[in-house]
Amino acid sequence: MWQRIIALSIKEFQALLRDPRSRFVIIIPPLLQLLVFSFAATFDLNHVPLAVYNQDGSQAAQALIARFTGSQHFTLTAPIEREADIPQRINEQDALMVLNIGPRFEHHLLVDRPASVQIIIDGRNSNTAAIALGYASTIVQDFNTDWQQDHGLPALPSVMQTRAWFNPNLESRWFIIPGIVGLLMLVVVMVVTALSVAREREQGTFDQLLVTPLRPFEILVAKAIPGMVIGLLEATAIILLAVTVFAVPLHGSLLTLYTGIALFLLSATGVGLMISALSATLQQAVLGVFLFLVPAVILSGFATPIANMPPLVQDLTLINPLRYFMVILRSVFLEGSSFDGLIDQFWPLGVIGLSTLAFAGWLFRNRMH
Amino acid sequence: MSTPPDTEPHELAFAIVAQGLCKSFGKPPKRTDAVSDVSLQVKPGQVTGLIGADAAGKTTLMRLIAGLLTPDSGSLSVLGMDVLSDPLAVQSRVGYMPQHFGLYEDLSVQENLDLYADLQGLPRPERPARYAQLLAMTKLGDFTDRLAGRLSGGMKQKLGLACTLVRPPRLLLLDEPTVGVDPVSRRELWAIVFQLVADEGMSVLLSTAYLDEAERCAQVILLHEGRVLGQGTPASFTEQLQGRVFGARREHGRRRNLQAELSATPAVLDAVIDGDQVRVLLQADTAPPGLPEVIWTAMQPRFEDAFVLRLQSLAPASQASVQTVQLSPAAPAQDDVRPASIIEVRELTRRFGAFTAVDAISFQVERGEIFGLLGANGAGKSTTFRMLCGLLPASSGQLSVAGVDLRRAAARARARIGYMSQKFALYEVLSVAQNLKFFARTYGLSRERQRTRIAWALDEFDLAAYRDSNCGLLPLGFKQRLAMACALMHEPDILFLDEPTSGVDPIERRAFWRRINQLADHGVTIMITTHFLDEAEYCDRLVIMSQGAILAEGSPKAVRAQSSSADKPNPTMEEAFIELISRPAAEAAHAKA
Repeated sequence: MWQRIIALSIKEFQALLRDPRSRFVIIIPPLLQLLVFSFAATFDLNHVPLAVYNQDGSQAAQALIARFTGSQHFTLTAPIEREADIPQRINEQDALMVLNIGPRFEHHLLVDRPASVQIIIDGRNSNTAAIALGYASTIVQDFNTDWQQDHGLPALPSVMQTRAWFNPNLESRWFIIPGIVGLLMLVVVMVVTALSVAREREQGTFDQLLVTPLRPFEILVAKAIPGMVIGLLEATAIILLAVTVFAVPLHGSLLTLYTGIALFLLSATGVGLMISALSATLQQAVLGVFLFLVPAVILSGFATPIANMPPLVQDLTLINPLRYFMVILRSVFLEGSSFDGLIDQFWPLGVIGLSTLAFAGWLFRNRMH
Repeated sequence: MSTPPDTEPHELAFAIVAQGLCKSFGKPPKRTDAVSDVSLQVKPGQVTGLIGADAAGKTTLMRLIAGLLTPDSGSLSVLGMDVLSDPLAVQSRVGYMPQHFGLYEDLSVQENLDLYADLQGLPRPERPARYAQLLAMTKLGDFTDRLAGRLSGGMKQKLGLACTLVRPPRLLLLDEPTVGVDPVSRRELWAIVFQLVADEGMSVLLSTAYLDEAERCAQVILLHEGRVLGQGTPASFTEQLQGRVFGARREHGRRRNLQAELSATPAVLDAVIDGDQVRVLLQADTAPPGLPEVIWTAMQPRFEDAFVLRLQSLAPASQASVQTVQLSPAAPAQDDVRPASIIEVRELTRRFGAFTAVDAISFQVERGEIFGLLGANGAGKSTTFRMLCGLLPASSGQLSVAGVDLRRAAARARARIGYMSQKFALYEVLSVAQNLKFFARTYGLSRERQRTRIAWALDEFDLAAYRDSNCGLLPLGFKQRLAMACALMHEPDILFLDEPTSGVDPIERRAFWRRINQLADHGVTIMITTHFLDEAEYCDRLVIMSQGAILAEGSPKAVRAQSSSADKPNPTMEEAFIELISRPAAEAAHAKA
């Protein structure tokens, strides 16, 4: 039995590695995606175009503006001369934010009256607007605190002190890159496994396999091995890059991490082989992978928190292997979670893996024609 | 650009003139020269045949002439116009029917015709008359409402032809119109082509891999591996062979043994089974060799003889030496006491939904027999074949192969059969050696046996030179050899061959049958499907299938005898087939009326 499984696995590897196109597909896109996602996909806002309508021209007003320009988050665009120009600048997306400093700003400050500044923001992208507003209010708050100290004013009754645990600088890269490990593994494993049987069906070689002494179960195992090995290698490569190039901390133990990887590979392979067994042509397999991949990523918590989803959709995510793996990756990377602490994530992955593999095996036997 | 003069067909000396035409695909080292240095002339107002095996360059040449491909070099003029400078002008006067004609399967026959009339811009007032003419010619008049997808293979082909002809072209290009079409429809297609030439003075260029069709053409262009091997009337090819072709017959003994004996005789260039005798092509100026008990009769040379002769003069010496099959010592034991019939089929039925593909058929195959399953496309032979191999469950009935039903049997039972599918199921990106190694391992051969069997395969099938090349790049004949080597890796007792010879050239076909015969002599049971009716003669016994049922069963001689009549006392297998296949159709028609 093992001789046959090994023979078929060797053939699978040869077919993958000898064909320049498959070689390309399993190496280049994951690498590109890693680089693109890691550099491009970030929740941090930098260089928000800011237009200033400074009606005061005082020293205090200049000091406030300097705080905005001094932060990496904002970049000044051409100043606004007339109030009537404000709508146009926002409408044309020339500026995302307008800082409107009233004519008596410094005077009000000096006579201890509330000196208000107006911030106008482009709310078309609510997410960006909220983040930019956050930065702006932090700057204004800092300005207040410093003004109090410099002018010997009594301190504010309460002051907020924040400490972000696990990610002190709240770098979104630390959050995204561990997620990308899962994302890319899923893509590669699905491509390798889902296309393998469909390709053989299309080329007529699957019939040839079925008339050899290979049993459906052996074909299943032999077809699962290449996907898992390649997924494992790819995961290792991405983790190495994450730690070295992108300086994401890896606090947890490798044993815990690789337990999660192994269980996730099992379920990804199971789903891939299921799609493969169901599709008669390569085209159907590609479509099947696509239909699975998109919801799997969206419902995984990779970008948007599962807790924000409607309850029914939250229940749906329970059958999504990527959901559990996201938790495992982030916990091991940032929290350094223990093996025991992740048992609740491990066992559902195992269950999903075994049931999809069993179903794929059943389909192999009963969908031969 | 100057508009070419719209000359009348009879003013043209040639419908097509090509000079030094070359076309290759891909980049080195994977570059293939599909057409190299082809020069030819096609006369107007007659049928010219473009004859060659698969991958001879027929389709590429057709597409060049239709202006769909640009040649790498050379000149090409079609109907007096330069294809290179004005492909659109040529295309508007040429009708091209590709091998897989673009019929819309979800449209009816009439809707397909309407669509092509719209596409070709046939004025509406002219349509009714043209439709009537085309439908009468193709005998599709009763089926105008039927969906194209539900027509038989032959009817689809005729509808494709009708669509091509909606606007009468001056030159008609037909790319393998008769491939995969049953012999009855083949005859009808030819009748239509002749009618077009006679009635409308059309020039026709028709490509085919069937060598017997060459004799129906006025002119023949013989193509092999992208080169023109010869051009002329069919008679000019066979003239020089007069007095060199004989039928040899021996009263007892198997024909294939006599054939093997004759092939080994130096004076014999070619020996094939043809009806009750062996057809022999002798070297020039030699008398038939004196073999004991052999009766010689002179025969008319045919086109295939000429083709084989030309190919043999091209082939390297090694290819001719595939005479002795060295079967390994572990050939199946002859003397075991298992039942004589190794394949048994009783009341076997397979339904797909409401459609019955195989309808309660029964037959038996004996050990060491070459058993043929014949029939047109859609006759149910592939379905039967797949059920026997265990690839498809039967709806009802019983079948046993070597005592078991392969679908339910243990994996071990499958190790006793070898299977070679129509498409030569090989892993194209793997090298020849890797393919062989994979099948050797899968069948559980020991390391030692793997080595000896792979060495045997490389040697026996002359594959050593290709050992490390990807098998997807092999010439078709070598793919077929490799597929067979893989199927024989584990020395099976039963060999299943699904249309193993379709598309390969006659030399390869002969080498293939030589191997099959030798395997059968060593006690291997061979189950084969084919649509080449002349190959049916190689079988010990055969069944002819049509519409899921068995029409005739027995030795080739017995099957031929079943259809012999007063006016045709000695029908060929093809004539017998046509006779048998049209019988139940006639009965069914009577029943309906």
